[in-house]
Formats: sequence, structure tokens, C-alpha cells
Amino acid sequence: MELKRRDFLKIVGGSALIGGSAISALVEEAGIAHASPHEEHGHSAEEDHGHGHIEEASGIRWAMVVDMRKCSEQEGCRDCINACHYVHNVPNFPDPKEEVKWIWKDEYHHVFTDISTLDPYVPEHIKRHPFLVLCNHCDNPPCVRVCPTKATFKRPDGIVAMDYHRCIGCRFCMAACPYGSRSFNWRDPRLGLKGRELNYEFPTRMRGVVEKCNFCVERLAQGKIPACVEACKHGALTFGNLADPNSEVRALLRENYALRRKPQLGTKPSVFYIIA
Amino acid sequence: MIEKALQGSSRYWTWIGFLLVLIGAGFISYLYQLKTGLGITGMSRDVSWGVYIAQFTYLVGVAAGAVMLVIPELLHGYHPYRRVVVFGEFLAIAAVTMCLLFIVVDIGQPARLFNVLLHPTPNSILFWDMIVLNGYLLINIIVGYNTLLCDKKGIPVPKWVKFFAYVSIPWAFSIHTVTAFLYSGLPGRHAWLTAIMAPRFLASAFASGPALLILLLLIVRKVSKYDPGEKVLQSIAKTICYAMIANLFFVGLEFFTAFYSNIPSHMHGLEYLFFGLHGHDQLVPWMQTAGVLGFLGVFILLIPPLRRRIGFLALACAAIIASTWTDKGVGLVIGGFVPNPFEKITEYHPTFPEITIAIGIWAVGFLILTVLYKVAISVREQELN
Ligand code: SF4
Ligand code: SF4
Repeated sequence: MELKRRDFLKIVGGSALIGGSAISALVEEAGIAHASPHEEHGHSAEEDHGHGHIEEASGIRWAMVVDMRKCSEQEGCRDCINACHYVHNVPNFPDPKEEVKWIWKDEYHHVFTDISTLDPYVPEHIKRHPFLVLCNHCDNPPCVRVCPTKATFKRPDGIVAMDYHRCIGCRFCMAACPYGSRSFNWRDPRLGLKGRELNYEFPTRMRGVVEKCNFCVERLAQGKIPACVEACKHGALTFGNLADPNSEVRALLRENYALRRKPQLGTKPSVFYIIA
Repeated sequence: MIEKALQGSSRYWTWIGFLLVLIGAGFISYLYQLKTGLGITGMSRDVSWGVYIAQFTYLVGVAAGAVMLVIPELLHGYHPYRRVVVFGEFLAIAAVTMCLLFIVVDIGQPARLFNVLLHPTPNSILFWDMIVLNGYLLINIIVGYNTLLCDKKGIPVPKWVKFFAYVSIPWAFSIHTVTAFLYSGLPGRHAWLTAIMAPRFLASAFASGPALLILLLLIVRKVSKYDPGEKVLQSIAKTICYAMIANLFFVGLEFFTAFYSNIPSHMHGLEYLFFGLHGHDQLVPWMQTAGVLGFLGVFILLIPPLRRRIGFLALACAAIIASTWTDKGVGLVIGGFVPNPFEKITEYHPTFPEITIAIGIWAVGFLILTVLYKVAISVREQELN
């Protein structure tokens, strides 16, 4: 890995003299963050695609690292999904058209659509194992940009949250989210909660509004970590402050090569995937 | 003036009754939707907008099309349009009203609609769309009604009304540009992420709006003593022809960019709509027919001896309406959602109640149109005496 990367940089290093920022943008897109051959050019690309100016508001930038090396060992495990969907009273509608989901699993080539053209040569175990997906709590969230009521908004700590009482159900945010992270309550969500144990500390929604993962804002406020992270017995999920260089998430990202979904769109996701 | 709408032949009342039945059916379906939720529609997590938003988009175009009469009349002093412009403006009023209704039935919590005003959000294009659409409705009511009132009294149109007529020109462009921005600014929706979305919308609007107007004027000529005149019809027909050629050209540009660049995500939307993608091809017959009809319409309008025959003119207009409606009222919205962000294909089939609601709204539009046209015709007939 290391060697290949150095080779790659040697090649682009030469051409960077001509089109520095474009090349470093490419480097960034290839997922090789913080490795631009020319610092002064690399900087602008980082602002476009990386986490550039996030911290100043609160000193906190919540993020999650999904370690697929650990997750994919647990075939069929749904601990995190079950925990989240219980804690947030996420209704269960089996018909995929009406489905509501906050965190779920999907295959590699559906999750990383932009690089799935490499498919034939991707190692079998990566192709086979489902990836966890959830709202990316983007730094530059298109869902917030389009919402006509500010029902979807970004908090100073980076969490993209929702006010279910303000949402008018126009579903503009669903068209805008490039990750399919949002669900709409096509029917009364209570119908999908029948016969299930409810969590009375978190409200159920009403029909006609959009919902999605909220990075457990309600738990963070009580000093707890997100329910999915807590539920994962195998340490595959790490949650923490991206703005803090000493945080666990930063350590993981420093030591491992991580991907984010569709970085070329400039949304700057805050969910990272350590692939291998 | 409005009282004229309350006097009419039995044919008139049969038509009104027919529309009321459709409206009633739509209304009952809407009550069902209000009670049960948008789950009664064919929309889904993946295709989260459907018939409603598609009709909305198409009708914004019809509304904007009225400006194709205002411009020659006002900016170029083309007098033959003087008596006809009001029919374009009344068509715009009906179309914008339908647009607003389609938005209302599409949202999940209609009771909260005013949140858009209570929490104005200028970074949302929907906010601006609401402003330009309501503004356009108001402008057309002001200009249309006052022009007609002056005609009835036989006095010249006052300056302030003229002022609003001038304002309506850029405003018409704005409604369709802003509506295009609803789509063309979204990352990851490749079929929509195109800089020529607004020009495409405008070209198709300037074809479909006037085409509908010609058909309506042909009906007006049949059922009343008022005749807009051959010259007017032919002039509008030429406008439609130019606009439709531009529209087809723009669609061709989309094909070139997608297929010459060969970028899969850019090709998928068009592939799904026009040729089928991974065996999913339910919209292919629609879109291909739309293409053929578009060329047919242009062909007829391009050849003067054909265009002058009323039967052919009507055929060309109908073909262009069908073509542009399929393009925007069916293909555009669905093409943006298929494939979904996971590159999966979920198809969309509108349900019976959903279609009933849509037809009900179209009926509301035609009811408004009928009443307004009835009034306009009565004034025009009075001028003849
Ligand atoms: S993943 Fe989607 S819903 Fe979540 S913040 Fe990004 S754009 Fe918004
Ligand atoms: S559905 Fe709700 S959250 Fe989404 S854009 Fe509309 S109002 Fe905002």
C-alpha cells in the first residue's frame, strides 16, 4: 500500500508543477488525504473536499469511523441497527418503498458507487461484506441548503439535525441528499411500531415528515455515546471529535487509510470507512 | 364582468358539470390521502417525487408560455396580438393555480405550509419558487383583468397596468428558471445536474404554452363568435416551431454530453428513460413516442402549406403538447430518481387515487380557464357588435 502510494505521488508530483491544484484535487479525490506533494496547492483542495473550516464555532466536530475490518467479521450482526432503531422508535415497514431506516447495511458497490467501476479486481471479502450506511452529517450538507423551513439544520458541532415539528414534508431534502440517507413517513409510523417495545424517552414521529440518523444528539446531551457505537461489541464503530487532534477518531484516521462516500461532490461527509 | 360566466348554453353547463365531477372525485381522493398519508401514492423512498411534482413542473412551463404573446405585442408593437394576449394571461392564471395546488397535495404536512413563510429560508430554491409563482399569479390577474375591463369600457389601458405587463416578461422567465434550479443544483442527481436545465425548460415552455393556447383559441373560435384571426394563429405557430426546435436541440445536447463523455452516471438517467437500464424499461415507449411526436410537430409547423391547414396545425400542437408533457410531466422527475443514490433501480407506478387527485387538479385548472375564457369571450363578442 505504502509503496504504491509513494509511486503514485512521484508520478503526479512532476505534473503538479503544471496544474498543481487540479492534480492535488485528484489526489484528494483518490482518497489520499493530507498527502499533497505541494503544500501550498494542496491546501485549497483540502478546503474543497476535506474538513477545512469546521472547528471554529464550537471546537467540536462529531464524526464516526467505521472499521470494516472488524465489522465484516461479524456476519449477519445487526446489533448497531437494532439498538438505533429501538432507541429512536424507527418504524419497521418491510415494503422497501415505505421503508424507514436510520442505519443499515448495503453492499460495497452500492455504497461506493463512484469507485465501483473497479469492481472485478476488488478482493472478494470486501465485495461480499455489507457496509454500514447512515447519514454522513456532511460538513456541506445539501439537505440543509434546500430545506425551505430550516427543519433540517446543521448544529455548531457538525451534526445535521431535524425538527420534526417544523418539517412540511416537501421531500426536497430527499432529492438533495446524494447518499439516500433520508426516509419519509409515507404512513403513520406508529403502524410500523405495533407490537414492539417503545423507548418512551424519544418521541415517535407523525406521518408526512422526513427523518434520518441524528448522531444521537439526545444521548450526546446526556454525555452518552451514540447507541450504535455502544451496541457494537466488536469495536467496529468509533465516535469522536474530529476537531481534536488527540481524539480516537483522529488517531484511527492517522494510522489507517479511510474512505468517505462520494467525496467528489464536496459534501464533506463525517463518516469514514476503514476498508482493509 | 364575472357575471358573464353564469350565463351559458346547456353545453357550457354540461362541461362545467363534468369538470365538477372530476374535481369531486379528486377531492375525495385527497381526503383519503390526508387521512392515510402519501403512502396511497406510488412514490417511495427512492422515487420521492412523482406525478404531482411532475405536473407542477410542466404547468410552470405552460404558465410561462403566455409571455410569447406579451413580448411581440408589447416590445415589438405587434398589434394582431392585442386582443389575444388576455387569453394567454388567463391560461397562465389557470396554470399557476394548478401549480400551487400540485405543491399543496404533494407535501406531507399541508397544515404546516405556512412554515415556509414563518421561517423564510433564502438559501432554499423552493422559497424563491414560491415567491415567483405567487408573484406571477398576481401580475397576471392584475394585467389580465384590468386589460379586459378597459376593453369592455372601450377605454385605453392605463399606464400602471402596462407597467405590470412589462414586469410580467422577465417574471415569466424567472418562474421557469427558478423551477429549473430546483433540480439543476442538486449534487448526485446526474440527470438533473445540467447547466442547460433552465434553457431547456424555457424552450419547452415556449413551445408547450402557446401550443395549448392555439388549441384553446381554435375551440374559442368554434364555440363563440370571436375569431382571433388566421394571422394570429400562424404567428403563434411560428413561435412554437422555433421554440420546439430549440427544445429538441437542447435534449440532443444532453445526449451528446452524456454519451460522448461516456461517464456512466451521466448516461444512466438517459439510458433508463430512452433505452432501458438493466432490463428496466417501462418509460421507454413513452419517451420514444415523445421524441417522435416532437419531430412530427416541428415537421408540420416548418412547412407553411401544412401549417396553414387547421387540421394539421391542431395535430402539430397536440403532438407538441404530448411530447413536452411526456418529457417534463413524466420523464424528467422520474429520470432524476432512477437509478437511486445506491445505483439501484426502483420503478414508480402512480396509483389510482394519485392519478385521480392529479386529474382533479387539472379539472380545477380547466374550470378556472373556462370561467375566465367565458368572460373574455363575452367582452370580445361585445366589441364585435
Ligand atoms: S448524508 Fe444526506 S442527509 Fe446526511 S447530512 Fe449529508 S446530505 Fe444531509
Ligand atoms: S421534507 Fe422537511 S426537512 Fe426535508 S426539505 Fe422539506 S421541510 Fe425540510
